[in-house]
Amino acid sequence: MREMGRRSESAEHPFKAIPADEGGASIQPAPAPTWKTLWGQPMILITRTGQREMVTAACPVALELGLRPGMAAAHARALVTDLDVRDADPDADRAWLDRLALHAVGHWTPTACPSSNDGMWLDLTGTTHLFGGEARFCRRLLRFLERLGFTGSIAIAGTPGAAHALARYSGEAITLLPPGTETKAIADLPLTALRLEPQALLSAARFGLERIADLYPMPRAPLARRLGLATVRRLDQARGLVAEPIAPVVPFEAPRAERRLLEPIGTAEAITQVIGDLVDDLVVLLQERGMGLRAAHLTCVIVDGTEQHVAIGTARATRDARHLKRMLGMRIERIDPGPGIEAMMLVAPRVEELRAQTLEAGLGTSDRPPDIAPLIDQLAGRIEPDAPFRLSSHESDVPERAVRRVEALAKPLGWPTWKRPVRMLRRPELLSHVVALLPDHPPRRFTWRGSDYRVVAGDGPERIHGEWWRKPQEMWAVRDYFRVEATGGERFWIFRRGDGVDAPTGDLSWYMHGLFG
Amino acid sequence: MVCPASTSNRPPAAPLAALLAELTQARAARGPALPFGIDAIDRRLADHGLDGAALHEIAAASATLSDDAAATLFAAGIAARFATQPGFTVFWALTRFDLYAPGLEQVGLGPDKVLYAQGTSDSAVLAMTEDALRDGSLACVIAEVKSADQTATRRLQLAASDGKTPMLLYRRHRVSDRCPLSGLSSAMTRWRIGCVPSARLPHPGVGRARWSVKLVRQRNGNPFSLELDACDDQGRLALPAPAPDRASAAAGAASQAA
Repeated sequence: MREMGRRSESAEHPFKAIPADEGGASIQPAPAPTWKTLWGQPMILITRTGQREMVTAACPVALELGLRPGMAAAHARALVTDLDVRDADPDADRAWLDRLALHAVGHWTPTACPSSNDGMWLDLTGTTHLFGGEARFCRRLLRFLERLGFTGSIAIAGTPGAAHALARYSGEAITLLPPGTETKAIADLPLTALRLEPQALLSAARFGLERIADLYPMPRAPLARRLGLATVRRLDQARGLVAEPIAPVVPFEAPRAERRLLEPIGTAEAITQVIGDLVDDLVVLLQERGMGLRAAHLTCVIVDGTEQHVAIGTARATRDARHLKRMLGMRIERIDPGPGIEAMMLVAPRVEELRAQTLEAGLGTSDRPPDIAPLIDQLAGRIEPDAPFRLSSHESDVPERAVRRVEALAKPLGWPTWKRPVRMLRRPELLSHVVALLPDHPPRRFTWRGSDYRVVAGDGPERIHGEWWRKPQEMWAVRDYFRVEATGGERFWIFRRGDGVDAPTGDLSWYMHGLFG
Repeated sequence: MVCPASTSNRPPAAPLAALLAELTQARAARGPALPFGIDAIDRRLADHGLDGAALHEIAAASATLSDDAAATLFAAGIAARFATQPGFTVFWALTRFDLYAPGLEQVGLGPDKVLYAQGTSDSAVLAMTEDALRDGSLACVIAEVKSADQTATRRLQLAASDGKTPMLLYRRHRVSDRCPLSGLSSAMTRWRIGCVPSARLPHPGVGRARWSVKLVRQRNGNPFSLELDACDDQGRLALPAPAPDRASAAAGAASQAA
């Protein structure tokens, strides 16, 4: 239905959008039952390779509707209307799996790692009895995944290959395989369960091999010749004829040193001694791992069970024992030993990689600037929780926003060479009794902080517009800056609100903002 | 009998020469002095420049903010000339931060050359300053304090000569009518900077700023007072050019002031 008129404008449907007060239906009709309201909207994940979009995953609703991973996305869209199509994010999936593997290492078994991109291997040898047996452990794991919002299927088998095949292709949530029955258990599964190369799968399909059991009676030499040596190895791994170790993920542990003391200590000298020992231990640990610490945390356990904490941070990764001892030594006075300290721990929660560095040849002729990172740490210790800083430019024309604090070892950027004062008032101060010629002249006289100034010379205006993307009030705001010199030689940086022509730009009031020397 | 006694009283030549050598060695070890590049100043300074391993005090001539700004720029210019080598850093410690870094960059103290730290009190600032001086890895240290007694200045002077780092102590005004340089101090030089009217340009506009530079006290030398043109973008001061026709310049100023 199209109204006569310009074709470029879409015409509203003449009967659809009548408001209720003009006789339209005041009650919305109940929405018709759809797939979405009955079962939830089907969702699929797709990946793009060039022009081709492939379905990589489908939710249970979509699976019931006949959508399968591996379909073309256009096909899926044609089969099901009202389909929620999203892009797959393999990196995020991988991150989840890695986190899960770390959790497994911390909680279930020391040997765990992600397997392919949709599963995880846990070496449960000798750990399931801690959870009440294999069956209870599997149920517990499934409940854990359910709480996280995942569904899973678990297979426990004697070989990683068989467990991989059964978990993915047995069709059951939990499969517990008695030891020594792998060959029989995986016999009926399709060949894809063996983690074969795509090329090998194609060849196998050409020879009419569909199940794993089809491979058992075949002589090994022709099998390796036709399907590749990797296929034979996968088969042997799944049957347990060849070992397949699991390379476990190793969780990061913060380097820590600990000293338990024979007798409680309370004097500064004793504490210094223990801190020195702890730092020496920690430095050896850091050196072994090729790391330098950016933060260290010292915990003192008092006899009465309370704890005292002292923390230091460094401007750059370091494992210089002398520097660390000095920084911790500066904070000894904050430790209250009370009835006595019975144990002290030093942990480095934040570390960075620090490899061996070349020493400068000490010939005395090097003009390399000295390293100020240790000094920065020392200064930061004096003014905690504040720290030394540098000032860097920020992209803004408004003077008070053009300066930003950056950390002490950053490389700051400079400013344009417009004339700027050396000291700025915290906020601009209103001038009174201003006599000025509008629109483009500096004032002739003004009063500031109770004294009158006669202006003998002025430069300007330098017009600075407000930043409309920050505040709506700055939409039209304009400041006209002038550099003026008064009779006594005082040089000021003053500005006027507004350009003197348009009223919305400002109310023409004058302000003092900074001082040139 | 009198003559031999007087000759025995006179110190023999050899120890005297040794003493002189020791003195020159000590002077050499103290580091070279940084000349201003203006003969009128360097001639009157005992070291022919600012000692690179000593304490120097700077204050504004009055309690007004414009004199304060002039004294700040004077200190910043000296620091910029101490830190001309690339990669060297100036440390600026203060309690109340009202510096505007773009203005400091225009006297040669770029953002990559200054490290700031804000302490909560004068004692924190002085402690940081002493640490920074003794570290010896900085080109120059500037501290802004309201009060520093003679003990504090002596400590700073010792730290500066230990670390071979120049120290500029910026004394802010505390009571409006009392000069902060009136107290005792161990500083090598003490400067008092104020604003004076600049030379009028032949066209409307503000000329190069001009300061009254007063050396109130120096060790081994006499005080003096000068009018100088302000720091340029390298931190160098200059002697004002002699006005060719003072009467016409005054007339120009009057017409501009109108």
